Amino acid sequence: MSRRSRTWVIARTELRQLRQSPDFWLPMLILAGLFFVVIPTILLFAITHVHNDAVVARVATTLDVLPPRAKAAIHGFSPAGRTSYALAVYLFAPLAVIVPMTISTAVGANALVGEKERGTGEFLAHSPATEREIYLGKLLASLLPGYLTTILGFGIYSLIVNLIVGPQVGGWFFPTSDWWILMFWVVPPFLAITLSVVLRLSARVRSGAAAQQASGLVTLPLIIIAYAQSSGVLLGAGSTAIALGAVAWLAAIWGLMRGAGAVTRARLLGVEGATL
Amino acid sequence: MQSVVAGDVVVRLEHVRRAFGQVVGLSDLTLEALKGSVTVLLGPNGSGKTTAVRTITGALRPDGGRVEVFGLDPDAEGESVRRRCGVVSAKPALYDRLSGRDNLRYAADLWRLGDDAPVDASAARFGIEDALDLRVGGYSTGMKTRLALARAILHDPDLLLLDEPTSGLDPESSHAVLGLIDEMAADGKTVVMCTHLLLEAEGLADQVVMLQDGRDLISGAPEALVARYWPNPRVMVDAEDRSALDVLATMDGVVAYERNGSAAAVELDDLKRVPDLVARLAADGVRLTRVVPHEPTLEDLYFAVRDRGVE
Repeated sequence: MSRRSRTWVIARTELRQLRQSPDFWLPMLILAGLFFVVIPTILLFAITHVHNDAVVARVATTLDVLPPRAKAAIHGFSPAGRTSYALAVYLFAPLAVIVPMTISTAVGANALVGEKERGTGEFLAHSPATEREIYLGKLLASLLPGYLTTILGFGIYSLIVNLIVGPQVGGWFFPTSDWWILMFWVVPPFLAITLSVVLRLSARVRSGAAAQQASGLVTLPLIIIAYAQSSGVLLGAGSTAIALGAVAWLAAIWGLMRGAGAVTRARLLGVEGATL
Repeated sequence: MQSVVAGDVVVRLEHVRRAFGQVVGLSDLTLEALKGSVTVLLGPNGSGKTTAVRTITGALRPDGGRVEVFGLDPDAEGESVRRRCGVVSAKPALYDRLSGRDNLRYAADLWRLGDDAPVDASAARFGIEDALDLRVGGYSTGMKTRLALARAILHDPDLLLLDEPTSGLDPESSHAVLGLIDEMAADGKTVVMCTHLLLEAEGLADQVVMLQDGRDLISGAPEALVARYWPNPRVMVDAEDRSALDVLATMDGVVAYERNGSAAAVELDDLKRVPDLVARLAADGVRLTRVVPHEPTLEDLYFAVRDRGVE
């Protein structure tokens, strides 16, 4: 069995524990459902099916603020088509960032301090797993629920958008190429950057509550940055998005390497001073 | 019980120090545990027993001194050391949301035992095979300790470290723990056990290391330590009229005599003197109710070391 698999063993056990706690994952699922399904469905359905042309026309006029590239994409559609297309493609994009970050932060914040609080850190500390394996296992276990929920939500969102907006704009059009870049090139590194910070906090604080609070404070600016950047990815040129993703990946790798050092056996045992 | 014989040193700690900020965990601990022996670390809470165990597996890095386990430095070669160690900590350190089987499976995977890991056999050894598919959160304290024991021996460790393993256990579970220690030692495994319950160490220990304030006060085989503090045999003598026993203080062969309102404790130069003493007392009309040799326990030893210091 390879070293990687011990990392996977730790991640799998963490995920198994999450699965056993509906009180934890149910709110996360509701959050994803709201952002990816309920809100888009209601808004897009209202725009495409409410026959108040004056309101839709007024909303369509506000789309003049979009950059030329985006305006070109919606050129030639009806006001309802333009509005719903713009909402689906440009304005809901940041949701794709908020959902994974929120879920992964919640999981990651408890990942290491939880071991300390439950006393199970003692077991891990005496196990043959290396600190790096423990860190990577926890990272994977924090990353997967948020990212997989987002991918699943993205799939459902795509279906909703195509079913509701598609008829207005001449057929199925979603995901656009920019969304592919966003989901698979820009979101993962931002998630990794966030988790590198959250796991460091989780290794250092003394309680889950402290970890949640500190993570919330630290990740809020990151979420805002990610929110802004993801909008920019969809509104700007594709090359900008790729460059932004590359920079984010570099930052993520640097952050993850630094974060690995925060996991020590003494911290798992809860005998090393709590510092941020 | 297996006697200590000159063999490989499995655990060697030399002048080990470890502090946690201002709090000293270990101030100067030196000990050796030989292959196939049972070493009992005795000491009150806060004396450094848990820190010693954590240092042995390399879970904690010492601030100073030298640690060697299986001839390896646990700090530098921790993975190799920990692979051969089984640890039962003071709290069972189990995952409450998982089943007993998942807990054992997790350990089996971390120790890379593969699919053939003896999960069921380990559980059966401690009588919890029927509860293996239940969530550990619903286990009693005794069941949790049994599961922790099953997990600790899953990979057939060469060194078993037990930190207060019988704390809060019912007699049956305590018996299972002590039975395991006996079996492990009989199989040639090395056992290091921390406890402040002197009775449970009685009869198990090949070597006792008494700790206080993070340092070893005294160590050695229990019999040798007892002999050091009580070089002469002792006999407890009681009679209907206890004041009549005071004549013992003047008899031949009596090294020390003590009577504090209860039975008399008589220290003799030789246990063979007892029949003469009994005959003499009987001749003097003393109606004896009890004459028993008194073998000091570890508890006696513990308090003697504490009260009289290291001798």
